[in-house]
Amino acid sequence: MRFAFTTEQLELRDAVRDLLRRECAPEAVRAAWTNDTGRAPKAWAALAEMGALAVMAPEATGGFGLTEVDAILIAEAAGYAALPEPIVDTMLIAAPWGLVQHAQSAVVVVPESPCTAWADSADVVLTLAADGVRTVPASDCSLVAHTSVDGARRLFDVSIPAGCEPQRPVADAAVAFRRGVLGTAAQLVGLAERMLTMTVDYAKEREQFGVKIGTFQAVKHHLANARTKLEFARPLVYRAAATMAAGDRSAGLHASMAKAQAGDAARIAARAALQCHGAIGYTTEYDLHLFMKRTWALDASWGDPAWHRRFVGAQIL
Amino acid sequence: MDLDFSSAEQAFRTEVRDWLATNVPNPPLPSGDTRDGFAAHLEWERRLFDARYAVVSWPTELGGRDASLWEWLIFEEEYWLAGAPQRVTQNGIFLLAPTIFEFGTPDQQTRILPKMASGEEAWCQGWSEPNAGSDLAGIRSRARRDDAGGGWRLTGQKTWTTRGAFCTHLFGLFRTDPDAPRHNGMTYLLVDLRQPGITVRPVERLDGDDGFAEVFFDDAFVPDDMVLGEVNKGWQVAMATTGSERGLTLRSPGRFLATAQRLIDLHRDRVTSSASDGPVDDELRDRIVQAWIDAEAYRWQTFWTVTKLLDGGQAGAESSMVKVFWSELDVRLHELALELLGPHAELVDGDFAQWIKGYQFALSGPIYAGTNEIQRNVIAERVLGLPRR
Repeated sequence: MRFAFTTEQLELRDAVRDLLRRECAPEAVRAAWTNDTGRAPKAWAALAEMGALAVMAPEATGGFGLTEVDAILIAEAAGYAALPEPIVDTMLIAAPWGLVQHAQSAVVVVPESPCTAWADSADVVLTLAADGVRTVPASDCSLVAHTSVDGARRLFDVSIPAGCEPQRPVADAAVAFRRGVLGTAAQLVGLAERMLTMTVDYAKEREQFGVKIGTFQAVKHHLANARTKLEFARPLVYRAAATMAAGDRSAGLHASMAKAQAGDAARIAARAALQCHGAIGYTTEYDLHLFMKRTWALDASWGDPAWHRRFVGAQIL
Repeated sequence: MDLDFSSAEQAFRTEVRDWLATNVPNPPLPSGDTRDGFAAHLEWERRLFDARYAVVSWPTELGGRDASLWEWLIFEEEYWLAGAPQRVTQNGIFLLAPTIFEFGTPDQQTRILPKMASGEEAWCQGWSEPNAGSDLAGIRSRARRDDAGGGWRLTGQKTWTTRGAFCTHLFGLFRTDPDAPRHNGMTYLLVDLRQPGITVRPVERLDGDDGFAEVFFDDAFVPDDMVLGEVNKGWQVAMATTGSERGLTLRSPGRFLATAQRLIDLHRDRVTSSASDGPVDDELRDRIVQAWIDAEAYRWQTFWTVTKLLDGGQAGAESSMVKVFWSELDVRLHELALELLGPHAELVDGDFAQWIKGYQFALSGPIYAGTNEIQRNVIAERVLGLPRR
């Protein structure tokens, strides 16, 4: 038993974090709310350039042939930055199957979510269904636009052309689903950490009644609770990644446990963050809302916590 | 990442499981927090010791097996899953012993530890006083120098002392320099309770057992070789012990994994029974699953921490998050069971008594070892870095 990342894995994570600190600062996320695509093209191109999107792509096609364990650290860093890109769909699902190259992107349509983000600007659309996985050029799909609480997430109800047969078997649909669940859980962990960090920084600076608000026990306890939730979510995400990489038959169960736990942790972090910020956090001029809204969106995507607990319950109860 | 136990570790698990399957008392022992039950539990401790399962992580020459942290966690998982008895020696072997390993002289280690492991001597913790609970540095019990006797004379009172009425020894903090600042001038003393000058009064706990005691000191004697660490440095020594108590040495994941499994079993019985209690609603089901996930989360958070420790890292203030998490999880697991039991929840006799009994014990978790409010302050200040004042 050795439940830790390798130095190389952590170095890759740090490199991605550094890149996103530069290329996906809150201004870039804010810009995605109003630009044409809802995305952050500079950050995406830089990630492709450094090879981060190809960590799980086969070595034969220029990828690194690494596993979910490496990919979730990148997904977590993407969550920390609220990167407005379909990174989970692309990096964890399409790239390992060689369906995207370089800076191409993919989105995955899952039955558990009524809409798919960024389907209009992706290169490839995958659909997961009871009879397998279909891969369709995005230009062949018909899209009906919806609006997300997260202004960067351009949502679409996606219909693929009639008569399109699955290219990959049912088992692959299960693989894709649990990878998407896992990657989303990792993003939620990153988001929770970011909101906590922002709020701790704020509570150390903001003064009321002549003292820093971070000295108040009520504020401390909100943040201690949120930090504790995060402490007991992260290991389930890492464990699910490791069992998935090892081909463990229970990996789907582990992914659901991780998603339920990470979703709860991120939602509670968002709530504590807003409450401790007070009114400034309630404005859209302040950055917190970018992270809160991404949290709400991802918490509800790829199966919300209640969905995943039902899935777990069906196996353990 | 490698999430598999080695074949040696798996073999150890099998060995422990097999031994427990043939040795765990059935029917279960009476509560170890009563006089008769305590005696029965000491017999059980002796059996564990003879099979070298009492203190698996200790050195072989002191009665242990030199087990690794992984093996210790495996032992704990199997122990609680088998429904084995509560450990009435726990305050000695899990709280005091790590401190003796760290601060004790070689002589103290060989003199005290084997008898502790076998249950020949049973240790209780003498921290709280009537005016010093969460604020441990507020203790007033005195130890005065007795040069002629070569030791210390104790006066004062300890309270809420778990199993104090049944134990032979007490470890605790006593003020040796009353003029020193609050956190100084205390000394960590190991007290034999079987002497004149000690009066112990049992105190009935919430659950009705005499599990608490008040201990009065009236010129009781402690020889110099029963001082743990340096004189007037007791606070630093004691902090090492409270670290153990909050963290994994007192409450390993095995306990909560076992309770979560019993909750799952109870749910199954409830669903399959023909009783007219009606179906379990989805909302309760959802919370049961979440509690089970939390028990698993505790297991993996522990594995994460143990890997960090083996890599040379420190547990640190993170142990306060662990304490908040397990203590609240334990309450929740029992509350869910009581909800499932419905009108049967109040019965302290019969098959379900373990739950209401366990619930009352679980309620002490957020209070002892530093209340959860104190822990949240520690998390905020030492993990998150928020200002003290």
